[in-house]
Amino acid sequence: MIELDHITVQAGDFVIRDVSMTIPTGDYGMLMGRTGCGKTTILEAICGLKLCVSGSIRLLGHDVTRLKPAERGIGFVPQDGALFSTMSVEEHLGFALVLRKWPRAEIKARVKELSDLLQIGHLLHRKPFGLSGGERQRVALGRALAFRPRILCLDEPLSALDYDTRLETCELLETIQQRLEVTVIHITHDRTEADRLADHVFLIEDGILREVNEHTSTARPG
Amino acid sequence: MARKDQLYRVKSDLPFYIGLGVLGGVYVVLILGMLVANSFYTAPGIFRNALASPEIQYAIRLSLITCSITTILSLWVSVPIGYVMSRYRFPAKSLVDSILDIPIVLPPLVIGLSLLILFRTAPGIAFETFFENVTGYRITYAIPGVILAQFMVACAFAVRTMRATFDQINPRQEQVALTLGCSQGQAFWMVALPEARRGLLVAATLAWARSLGEFGPILIFAGATRLKTEVMPTTVFLLMSVGDIEGAVAVSMIMILSAIVVLVIVRRLGNDDVLR
Repeated sequence: MIELDHITVQAGDFVIRDVSMTIPTGDYGMLMGRTGCGKTTILEAICGLKLCVSGSIRLLGHDVTRLKPAERGIGFVPQDGALFSTMSVEEHLGFALVLRKWPRAEIKARVKELSDLLQIGHLLHRKPFGLSGGERQRVALGRALAFRPRILCLDEPLSALDYDTRLETCELLETIQQRLEVTVIHITHDRTEADRLADHVFLIEDGILREVNEHTSTARPG
Repeated sequence: MARKDQLYRVKSDLPFYIGLGVLGGVYVVLILGMLVANSFYTAPGIFRNALASPEIQYAIRLSLITCSITTILSLWVSVPIGYVMSRYRFPAKSLVDSILDIPIVLPPLVIGLSLLILFRTAPGIAFETFFENVTGYRITYAIPGVILAQFMVACAFAVRTMRATFDQINPRQEQVALTLGCSQGQAFWMVALPEARRGLLVAATLAWARSLGEFGPILIFAGATRLKTEVMPTTVFLLMSVGDIEGAVAVSMIMILSAIVVLVIVRRLGNDDVLR
């Protein structure tokens, strides 16, 4: 469960006030709105990269408002992937696990598992330079999923992709959510993405966030 | 109405290109002429004689050692300053930013003089005494003074380079590292610093080259004692002042060659993907 309880977030001169939303555990929430309306700021607040001036954030029942990003257990995939240019794909997938001091054999097994799931096994020894947009997104997803977070935050993961890659990645996101039972919050401004993936659609307009659920009826009948 | 049917014509671009070529060309030719004239002024024999002199050998050695120490010190200071200036907002940041530029705009002689005066104040004298007790070296008119004088200027250039480097690195990568389980320090060491490797090398080469050419502050703060605080620029000055132009040119050639090597390194790092 992702619960935002009347949070106010300040990012430089930009403030987004009194935002509340709830995404039940295991559901897929889509956050929509125009460019510059504060979608990314809300995502950053959930990840702990922006501090809440007031209000509280609860993840899976725990209050994380004052926790550091590292302690929140969130897999974060930023807009352009933000891959580490000095590391190989394999090192990306193992990054969070090395930090958690997993034994080497377990890291290797987890990297294999992830690369199979994301179909990036052939890229393991490549560096990000020269990877296609779709491949970069898969690597970023793998890096975020490696430590088995229960919450996944995706910032426009599909927007920079061409049509075919977008369909593939959409399918992949569906598979991931169903197989790993993560709670997802996903930023987009594409209604078709929302129609396809979302259980809950939230819209920010004029600084006010509200849930618009007409999409869910077409997205997931039953 | 007749004019409308005529083809629209533009004046020739030639005068513009000639103007660009001449104005720019004069400067480039001047630079090259200077270097070529210099290299013709010296002969292998003079070069060898100059290198055989123990004073010049000492100066070359001292220059190489002090520049390398200055470079290492500059990196240790410029990396954190560059990172703070690029990533954090704090009160009086623009004031600090201006202060960091002071060594770049201040006349070098004034830096030397100011250092000397600083070490004549009570805290300065106390620090020098402490330093002498611990290391056995004085600072003013001694080798540590050479390094400090070089450092004051070279570090300012390294700071600028490191700041520009961190400005170009997307902070998102460090933020992702934070969500993956890094502390701020781990995100810096594991993600930001490796991303900045190219800028580090450029900062190091720039700091090295700046300190190799440092003269005015060293002359005032560390003196120009042969076989003690004599670095290569001091040698050129001392040889010139006794009329030994050939010797001065020979030592200059050594500095020109090192400058060209540095330039080539910086250019390669700046343009190519040698480190990918």
